[in-house]
Amino acid sequence: MSDNVLRILTAIVAIATGSVGTFAIFYGLNLLVERLPRLWKDRLLPWVYMGPAMVMLTAYLVLPTLRTLYLSFLDSRSVKFVGLKNYAFALTNPDMVIAFRNNLLWLLLVSGISVGLGLIIAVLVDRVKYESAAKSLIFLPMAISFVGASVIWRFIYAFKPAGTDQIGLLNALRQTFGLKPLGWLIQRDGVLEPVWAGLGLDNLSPLPTLLPLNTLALIIIMIWLQTGFCMVLLSAAVKGIPKDVLEAARIDGANEFQIFRRIIIPMIMPTITVVATTVVVAVLKVFDIVYVMTGGNLDTDVIASRMIKEMFNFRNFGRGSAIATMLLLAVIPVMVTNIRRFTQQEANR
Amino acid sequence: MKIAKSAKTAWFQRLPLHLAVVTISLLWTLPTAGLFISSFRRQDALLQNGWWTVFQHPFDVTQFHIGNYIDVLASQGMGQAFINSLVIAIPATVIPISIATFAAYALAWMQFPGRQTLFVVIVGLLVVPLQMTLIPVLRAYNELGLAGSFLAVWLAHTGYGLPLGIYLLRNYIGSLPRDLIEAAAVDGASHLKIFTRLIVPLSMPAIASFAVFQFLWVWNDLLVALVYLGGNQNVAPVTLVLRNLVGDRGQDWHLLTAGAFISMVVPLAVFFALQRYFVRGLLAGSVKG
Repeated sequence: MSDNVLRILTAIVAIATGSVGTFAIFYGLNLLVERLPRLWKDRLLPWVYMGPAMVMLTAYLVLPTLRTLYLSFLDSRSVKFVGLKNYAFALTNPDMVIAFRNNLLWLLLVSGISVGLGLIIAVLVDRVKYESAAKSLIFLPMAISFVGASVIWRFIYAFKPAGTDQIGLLNALRQTFGLKPLGWLIQRDGVLEPVWAGLGLDNLSPLPTLLPLNTLALIIIMIWLQTGFCMVLLSAAVKGIPKDVLEAARIDGANEFQIFRRIIIPMIMPTITVVATTVVVAVLKVFDIVYVMTGGNLDTDVIASRMIKEMFNFRNFGRGSAIATMLLLAVIPVMVTNIRRFTQQEANR
Repeated sequence: MKIAKSAKTAWFQRLPLHLAVVTISLLWTLPTAGLFISSFRRQDALLQNGWWTVFQHPFDVTQFHIGNYIDVLASQGMGQAFINSLVIAIPATVIPISIATFAAYALAWMQFPGRQTLFVVIVGLLVVPLQMTLIPVLRAYNELGLAGSFLAVWLAHTGYGLPLGIYLLRNYIGSLPRDLIEAAAVDGASHLKIFTRLIVPLSMPAIASFAVFQFLWVWNDLLVALVYLGGNQNVAPVTLVLRNLVGDRGQDWHLLTAGAFISMVVPLAVFFALQRYFVRGLLAGSVKG
């Protein structure tokens, strides 16, 4: 108990130094610079304001990134130069190839479905009176951590042998319809026991080898988390469409579906792009869900979780750095687009 | 063409719309609701049948108890972790706010060489994957003896949160009316005075948005805590303890459900109380990954 009191005291001191302290630094430096001749004052003051931010950004983002780039060309203990060996590993190792395949599935399915679904929901809720309540419920998962969401979904995927009462919602549903319960997080693909076994859809059998069931189960969690985010941003864009444009189309005899395809989608295309890229970046970095749900076992690893494995479990800093660098390379197009969009925005200001 | 539709047919035509919206809303709530109900069920009941069976006797309150919460808080270290999470998240929110606000003001309203370049760099840093920084920072921490301390995560979260904070606040502060700031400068107000008396009060909505965003991000973070706090259970936040619980006691649903809900209660409260600011932060910060 006294331990906790100490802890809370530490927190209070930290909050005090954090807010009052940083402010005191700014204030003190400001006072010092104010005493200088005007010319020097005008030159130095901006750096007093920028200084702490620049120090933190350099120490935690710029330098480590450069250092990781450098480490990616060294061996596991960061002693010997090994050229591109770590990259060769990252691109050809069978486990890494699976991680790449999984990441591709994650990217396609999460961005496609959560943006698509988010857009449809955004347009639908715009037409009902209880819009804000519905939006809150769908948006709610955004506040939940990946770990919390993983526990929620582990419960939904829970598996008990056939014949007993299922505690997992999905297997209980399957059992109600007379289907065998599935090990959602265990099954690599549908070969062992296709999802649709017993539904009379046997001609679908070549498909399952392409779809690893356990990875799909993890992807659904991310879709559940991200759809609300997409919906909120797209809904703001949908509301931004001038009412008279929609009204004019309706008078011209366009039906709701035509309005959606020919007017709403083209008009909010810029927002759709921004939302999709945001989801893509989030998916690239996803690690928690895989780490908590399966630990990356049974072919469920993605690039970000492989990186942690190489770094933590195998202590191979060269390979870990090379894998991290691949992640960075993947987000560089997004980075360039952001910078370009920003410079345009500034030019119009 | 029929102009006057009876209210009844209009209602029927809109039925599919209502059905779709209500179904989706329920579907999205169901997973969390199931967890919530389960967290109050007894251990043996949880393993015997699904949470939906409680609706067979909806008025039988004896099937619920709060023992799971007491268990997980006291014996599984969740209570300690809850305090740790607060100790981590509050400073990791306050520190970046003050640093970012000063920097944002300089970038928006002060003249200095390289200003534009600096801001472009910050926009670029928005999407740098954290994974890119873990190994060097962890090594530096190990050498400095910082690994496993609160300070390590406070500073790391400050560094990682700054690009978004500066970006968001600079855009907001930069859009304040120029006349206002120039008038104050003409009256002889120093930069510090303009900053504290004018900029900070006017920027409160943006500061609040960033605060909510950063707080939720830190509270929900697993990666930074896992890497920089390592196995130090004394400082582990709720996410880390919950993840260990999944690893060690994956079938003890009475602990997992209650534990998960404890880890979610603060974000959910923040979410419901400050949803407006959270959404605004999201809208402004949707370039961050």
